Amino acid sequence: MKYFSRSLIAVSAVALMSAAAAAEAKTFVYCSEASPEGFDPAPYTAGGTFDASAHPIYNRLTEFKKGTTEVEPGLAESWDVSEDGTEYTFHLREGVKWHSNEAFTPSRDFNADDVIFSFERQSDADNPWHQYIPGVTYEYYTSMAMPSLVKSIEKIDDYTVKFTLNQPEAPFLANIAMAFASIVSKEYADTLEAAGRQEDLNNMPIGTGPFTFLAYQKDAVIRYRKNPDYWGTAPKIDDLIFAITPDSAVRLQKLKAGECHLMPYPAPADIESIRADDSLTLDEQPGLNVGYLAYNTTVAPFDNPKVRKALNMAINKEAIVQAVFQGAAEPAKNPIPPTMWSYNDAIQDDPYDPEASKAMLEEEGVTDLSMKIWAMPVQRPYMPNARRTAELMQEDLSKVGVNAEIVSYEWGEYLSKSMEPGRDGAVLLGWTGDNGDPDNFLSVLLSCDSAGDGGANRAFWCNEEFSQLLQDAKVTSDQAERTAIYEQAQEVFKDQAPWFTIAHSTQYVPMSNKVSGFVMSPLGDFTFETVDLAE
Amino acid sequence: MSDTTVKLSDAAIRRRMLAEFWFYFSQNRGAVVGLVVFTLLVVVALFAPVLAPHGAATQYRDALLLPPVWQEGGNSQFLLGTDAVGRDMLSRLIYGAQYSLFIGIVVVSIALFGGIIIGLVAGFFRGWVDNVIMRVMDLILAFPSLLLALVLVAVLGPGLTNAMIAIAIVYQPHFARLTRAAVMSEMEREYVTAARVAGAGNLRLMFKTILPNCLAPLIVQATLSFSSAVLDSAALGFLGMGAQPPTPEWGTMLAEAREFILRAWWVVTFPGLTILVSVLAINLMGDGLRDALDPKLKRS
Amino acid sequence: MVRFILSKLLFLIPTFLGITIIAFGFVRILPGDPVLLMAGERGVSPERHAELSAQLGFDRPLVMQYFEFLGRLFHGDLGNSLVTKKPVLGEFLTLFPATVELGLFAIVLATLIGVPVGVFAAIKRGSWFDQVSMTAALVGFSMPIFWWGLLLIIFFSGILGWTPVSGRISLMYYFPDSTGFMLIDSLTSGQKGAFTSAVSHLILPSVVLATIPLAVIARQTRSAMLEVMGEDYVRTARAKGMPQRRVIGVHALRNAMIPVVTTIGLQIGVLMAGAILTETIFSWPGIGKWMIDSISRRDYPVVQSGLLLIAGMVMLVNLLVDLTYGLINPRIRAS
Repeated sequence: MKYFSRSLIAVSAVALMSAAAAAEAKTFVYCSEASPEGFDPAPYTAGGTFDASAHPIYNRLTEFKKGTTEVEPGLAESWDVSEDGTEYTFHLREGVKWHSNEAFTPSRDFNADDVIFSFERQSDADNPWHQYIPGVTYEYYTSMAMPSLVKSIEKIDDYTVKFTLNQPEAPFLANIAMAFASIVSKEYADTLEAAGRQEDLNNMPIGTGPFTFLAYQKDAVIRYRKNPDYWGTAPKIDDLIFAITPDSAVRLQKLKAGECHLMPYPAPADIESIRADDSLTLDEQPGLNVGYLAYNTTVAPFDNPKVRKALNMAINKEAIVQAVFQGAAEPAKNPIPPTMWSYNDAIQDDPYDPEASKAMLEEEGVTDLSMKIWAMPVQRPYMPNARRTAELMQEDLSKVGVNAEIVSYEWGEYLSKSMEPGRDGAVLLGWTGDNGDPDNFLSVLLSCDSAGDGGANRAFWCNEEFSQLLQDAKVTSDQAERTAIYEQAQEVFKDQAPWFTIAHSTQYVPMSNKVSGFVMSPLGDFTFETVDLAE
Repeated sequence: MSDTTVKLSDAAIRRRMLAEFWFYFSQNRGAVVGLVVFTLLVVVALFAPVLAPHGAATQYRDALLLPPVWQEGGNSQFLLGTDAVGRDMLSRLIYGAQYSLFIGIVVVSIALFGGIIIGLVAGFFRGWVDNVIMRVMDLILAFPSLLLALVLVAVLGPGLTNAMIAIAIVYQPHFARLTRAAVMSEMEREYVTAARVAGAGNLRLMFKTILPNCLAPLIVQATLSFSSAVLDSAALGFLGMGAQPPTPEWGTMLAEAREFILRAWWVVTFPGLTILVSVLAINLMGDGLRDALDPKLKRS
Repeated sequence: MVRFILSKLLFLIPTFLGITIIAFGFVRILPGDPVLLMAGERGVSPERHAELSAQLGFDRPLVMQYFEFLGRLFHGDLGNSLVTKKPVLGEFLTLFPATVELGLFAIVLATLIGVPVGVFAAIKRGSWFDQVSMTAALVGFSMPIFWWGLLLIIFFSGILGWTPVSGRISLMYYFPDSTGFMLIDSLTSGQKGAFTSAVSHLILPSVVLATIPLAVIARQTRSAMLEVMGEDYVRTARAKGMPQRRVIGVHALRNAMIPVVTTIGLQIGVLMAGAILTETIFSWPGIGKWMIDSISRRDYPVVQSGLLLIAGMVMLVNLLVDLTYGLINPRIRAS
């Protein structure tokens, strides 16, 4: 009896839901991973925040072409670059409508004032909107070196804006396609300022994007509605819902139960069962990331490239890919992922050969070596389980007579201690690309500049030749030329072996069979304006 | 209990009390079952290296996530299956017993020792000493224990040792309160006055005269804390703040296994089940102990 | 009576101050630097680091920071989260109803089942019911609830598909939250099926959360009943030939309830600890999960003020329990 009544409820609920769905709108539910920190993209750095703010709600001057890292026109219809590569003149799209909400109805279309406002509030400490919420900072703007790069931004007329740079910078157009450079409404900001409700810029966002923001229940649900006036191709779904579900097992459960249509970051362990499930589709592509073990190249015996090479040969990469990534990754031989342009596929990876490794170590006079392996305390797509990785390395190293000890710290401490000069041990870490430019990997992680304080070069590896190559590539705007330079840089990297490159994890997106039109982004973004749902 | 005749020797009294205790304890079937299971657990922990078919950290790379032997695809080499890096579940569970017992013993010892000293001091000296100490104890008790332990571990850094210290600090007020209450009621008894008159010093009074007479409630509380310590350390491990992998601590094993919940039920089920069975055994024993030691309940 | 209440309240002040010191102190000696966490794998230059620390007020002496914290506290300002940049109090208030709803539902469940089971077990002492229910209670009391929750999800949501996996209500229903309590909001929204959906989402988490309190309440009720039934007046009433039901209903039950009520009140601490685990497992958007997340993100203001609010709440509930106890039992008031 009990069972009967319960199933009756279930049946009637299903009937009700499908009836509602047919009569009403197409509602697409995305089981997102993390709560957005806020809805103004500029102050934040988390990808999950951008998926909830920058992508559905806003646009940028340039955009990444769907499914690629190529730049295409966005709110700027076209642009001219001066001969010396320091002046960018953007011609803005006309007739782009702003969203409206209960407190705000736009009186004008998008124009140059909005562009200037969106950048100036980040760059100018005296701008009243620089600190519109106490403690707000613009980390992405700063870390992409925009303050030192951008000299001035001028309004030529209502639909023309000129950016002047201090030096030529090849990745600039990709930089301003990133979430932090989203264009917000100056008029909305003025309205909020007059009402003394500045913080609503972050709570009740107004943008030009494919979806309008409806409501957010903290840590639970975000609701959007299709923007009927969208300047681009109108979305095919009417309602977009983010159901915030941090646990990957729970997300998968919900997907299987039909409570959502698409989810990010499935646990590698579940991939097989997703493939086996007839009601689900699995999209996959190599992620724009790399996981690595960075030796401290300033400390003996790790300052010897041959020793580093020997250690690299002692570790069974394939075993790590199987046990840690459950096969959902490509073994890495280069510091940049194969989906990135300029990836040098001609490079041969060091073989897994404990015998040769042992011989090489003995040749270099290294015996009875003890070392530390640092294992990150957090999970990242590029490293689903650092502990397990470290354990496998420990086992492998013991076979060539190297005694490895695994250490770990709290995440913040891990990040800072691993950048202390003279650090004892090799560090497990990784990187996910921001804008698809090789410079965003190589310069950030391996150049001489980043080997010091505040950098991210955890091998402390400073190779003159390598750094010079990177510098040359940066001031060259021709992509073919840049490709050649980066390919050469990868050869230097392989020869010197500052890292043991582990893997580029595959990105998986499981979704219901009803979903069509979803395009995976190599940058790891989740966007839904092209998505459709079958009845 | 105190009405035994003076003529009996100390040893005889002790023997008789023990016999009486065992009589009541053995009356309780559950308690005996608990004792048997607990003894088994101790044996398993002590002889883990002999009993475990494999090493706790030995990885069999060609046997990842094998199911238990009775299920299709199982291997008789790994009775309860293997985990994600090919370690034998059964062996890890067996070694895990060492950790759980160790955690229980260490936590209870620290909490008991600290609590007794603090409680004795507060109950014996009374006045402002008592007031300050008890206020601090109230403060600790105002926080939900797991939350406080979590913050403490975050302060000290995640790890087994720090988790044990944190849990002990959180448990210690219970012992302090119990000791204090017992001391205060014992202080009014004639034998204490007698001892004082006979010229016994403070320390002697505290530890030799009063303490032995308030042991019963402390023992009961200690058993209770033992089982809670096993549970709470597992919870901390589960939240990633307790023992760190690859330690075969049961809660940590559960946390590691969580991602396989839909794919490999055995890596999730067995560690939880062993936690439940051990905690249950200790609690059964605790019930029996209370019944045997608490004269008031004995009557009914 | 008024003096009793006043003295209790006065006692709270030093305790509360102590709590502020603990909350502030613990959080400040947490290793790890929120500025570094914000920067992540990218790293942050020393100049920028100093700039950000100054902006967040972390460069001033600790004692000064503490007094600033106290000062703002008296104005009802609990600071802003470092992650979301939003006021902590506001975030607490939006998440608090979810935890209260879960906790209340769980404690009601535990009481409604626990008390009758305990009473019945005491009356039928030694019967199979007594043995089975008390064994079950002990199993519940020994349960690692984080594991229990996972098992229930696998079974009821995964295999049987009876209950939703997580969340508070089906996403098909949308209405503004006026009270924050999903059960109430779903009823007043007038949408068909919303209430049923809210209940079905609440069941598994509250069963998990209720497990330990239920066991404790059942055991406590049973032993309180046994004790009362052994008292002279109950024996007398029974000897005088009063019917069994009346003896139990009038005399035993009422007197046994005093310790039981206390036990129920004291479960709040247990509930909060349980809420941390339950909310983590079921992705329940409450303050337990909020605290866990904030601890791992080193969101100082949130951890600090969250600790304060939770401890203050536990303190208040304990005070209420004390007061009701004093009301029921005048002897306590005198001492």
